[in-house]
Amino acid sequence: MSQTRSHKTADQVVIAGSLRNTLMISLVGIALVLATLLYIVVRSYAAQIAQSTQDRILSASVTSILDAAAIRNGQVNVELPYASFSILSTQADDRLVYAVHQDGVFLTGYDTLAFRPQQPGDMQFYNSEFDSSEIRVAVATRRLVGTNQTALISVSIGQTRESLDGVLREISQNAALLGFGFFVLMTALSLWLTTRAIAPMTALAQSVQRRGPADLRLVQSPVPAEMAPLVGSLNVFMQRLEQSLNKSEEFIAEAAHRVRTPLAIVRTHAETTLQRVDRAENRQSMRTMIRAIDESSRAAGQLLDHAMITFRADHLEKQPLDLSELVQELVRSMIPVADMKDIALSVTTPDELVFDGDAILLRNAMRNLIDNAMKYAPMETEVEIHLTADPVAFAVLDRGPGFPSEEIETLAARFARGSNSSGMIGSGLGLTIAEDVAIAHGGRLDLRNRKEGGACATLQF
Amino acid sequence: MRNLAVLTLWLLASLCSPLLASEEKSLRWEDRRVFSNGTPTQRLTILSSTDAGYLAPLISEFVAQQEDFEIEYLVAGTAHIYDMVRSAPEVFDIVISSAMDLQIKLVNDGFAAPLEDINAPDWSVWRERLFGFTAEPASIVINKAALAHLPHLETRQDLISLLRAHPDLFRGKIATYDIRRSGLGYLFASQDARTSETYWRLTEVMGSLGTRLYCCSGAMIKEIVDGDILVAYNVLGSYATAQSAKHPQLEVIVPSDFAITMMRTVFVSKASAEPKAAGQFTSYMLDHFASQQGEGELELPSLLAAGNAEDRNIVPLEPSLMINLDRLKRRAFTEEWESAIIQ
Repeated sequence: MSQTRSHKTADQVVIAGSLRNTLMISLVGIALVLATLLYIVVRSYAAQIAQSTQDRILSASVTSILDAAAIRNGQVNVELPYASFSILSTQADDRLVYAVHQDGVFLTGYDTLAFRPQQPGDMQFYNSEFDSSEIRVAVATRRLVGTNQTALISVSIGQTRESLDGVLREISQNAALLGFGFFVLMTALSLWLTTRAIAPMTALAQSVQRRGPADLRLVQSPVPAEMAPLVGSLNVFMQRLEQSLNKSEEFIAEAAHRVRTPLAIVRTHAETTLQRVDRAENRQSMRTMIRAIDESSRAAGQLLDHAMITFRADHLEKQPLDLSELVQELVRSMIPVADMKDIALSVTTPDELVFDGDAILLRNAMRNLIDNAMKYAPMETEVEIHLTADPVAFAVLDRGPGFPSEEIETLAARFARGSNSSGMIGSGLGLTIAEDVAIAHGGRLDLRNRKEGGACATLQF
Repeated sequence: MRNLAVLTLWLLASLCSPLLASEEKSLRWEDRRVFSNGTPTQRLTILSSTDAGYLAPLISEFVAQQEDFEIEYLVAGTAHIYDMVRSAPEVFDIVISSAMDLQIKLVNDGFAAPLEDINAPDWSVWRERLFGFTAEPASIVINKAALAHLPHLETRQDLISLLRAHPDLFRGKIATYDIRRSGLGYLFASQDARTSETYWRLTEVMGSLGTRLYCCSGAMIKEIVDGDILVAYNVLGSYATAQSAKHPQLEVIVPSDFAITMMRTVFVSKASAEPKAAGQFTSYMLDHFASQQGEGELELPSLLAAGNAEDRNIVPLEPSLMINLDRLKRRAFTEEWESAIIQ
């Protein structure tokens, strides 16, 4: 139970923010700011250009009138050239006002246009009002010199801004459209960019997620430079983990091996001794001793098997083999043991079943399952062994007490033994070995109780 | 004798012109007509330079359809119209004039209200307020009967040659607008002078032959019909054509070198008490002229009947026309004109 809980917390990572969201929000925010900036800049720049265009036309008009002014026969003559007004025609039919002043005194035009004293030469522009319309006015002054008089002629020309406003409206619309288009494009680009930037991380996470629990290979696929430290650490970590796992397996195998040989010697001696003692209680304790030795040596054997199986599963070399033949042979070899226990073994297999796998591993796993069944089966019962082709499955059924239903999920864990196993020889490794072999062949071990009583263990491939 | 009497009268009139002008402005119209049908509740006042006869059928038709309206139609000279609108804009609902420059200036100075949903070509509209509705060329009108033995006139150059060849025949029998009194005459003269130097040579020749000056086309046409005048220059061809049915001795010649064509224009006064009704009438009138077939005796030539603006050399409806109204410009032009025509 405690193991289960720790598994859950390992999956539940504490999450603080999301790289993808942070990146996305920043980029879209920047796009929004840039788009707004673009709109403002384009609009104000266009407004300046439009205004300066109107100013230039107004100033050309003023200049053409000033150029036409002259003193003739001692009289100031300001004859407005036709062009001075015709160049002011606009799309929106703007209104115009003008005034000519001589030395600050109104000469002709609209006297409502105020006189502005000014140095000769430079052109001035200002905004004003005419008949409640906003107007732009250009004004310039020129000094006229006659034979014995001089005169300062000021010409002001004002024009309403309707055409200009129309242009500005259009430009604003276009600028807004431009800004919006830019924003949409940037958002799409951000989305693409973010996805692309995150992709290697997602790929790595997925490839690690896809791995089986025992797959501790190093990450080989290329990753971006920024992820190199993480992947490097991960690789080093996995390497260390694998090494330490290997070491412990080696240690277990070594220990089992070292224990098994002395145990065999001790058992031989104990049997010899059993032959020699006559007293009933001594014989009894010798038998108990031999049983204990058997149990230890079986456990040591299974530990060795397990270590061997772990190694072979890690370096699995599959070869085509006939499962039917394998099962028949295995059952044949186990019949003597079954006979000793008064248990019948019935086996059904297809004629031929070619399967890619490791024969040693498969035989070991199957033997463990049959062993288990025989161990728990009552005397004078039958253990059924079925091999089916589609799907490929190997099932062992007995009429024993079955698996304790509350432990059925955890029984395959290493050294786990059923709560009803007291008095049985066993290390708790049998089911673990069977499951490891099934997983190494891309299958699983299925444990359940039969309705009519007894257990059913199936290797599903 | 009769000429002398006219001259004396004219001199008298010009002497006391300020007094006369102010009197005319408030009291005297060249014509006044009221059109109504049934029991009108609304009254529209139209101030116009167009003789009532030309628009009477149209107005009658309108009041027949819209029984609520009564229309008062006042006729005055173009310059008077300008002055009256400036001094009392609230009195008039609709202003019609043939002096495009004066109309442009009134609109520029904010006396007109905009009309929406008027379907008219761009060049005939200014500021959605001023609408041209006729295209009328300035023409040479002659007494065909008196000049039958002379070569036919086609251009201004032809006229110059004719006048130079027969000075005695034409002395005192040539007529043109007095640009000092007629806004339309001034418009024609200034556009003429802007287009070609021929105008000044013609004016010199006319001046040397004692040309008589008139306020209006109607008066000139009447004199030609009577035989007192043989040639009138820059007369409104539309008026003369309308008269020629009754008086076959009239011949209207549109100069083939170039023709100055003016538009009669209309706008609704911004100070009008009945802007909606005024807009309705204006729209009705514009539609009428847009679809006019040119039948009937007293009809004005439709704006759209005779091709587009460029082909017809129509004076453009633009603020540049205002330049003619500049005090100094006008004074300079008038002085030059006077020195040519009065010798």
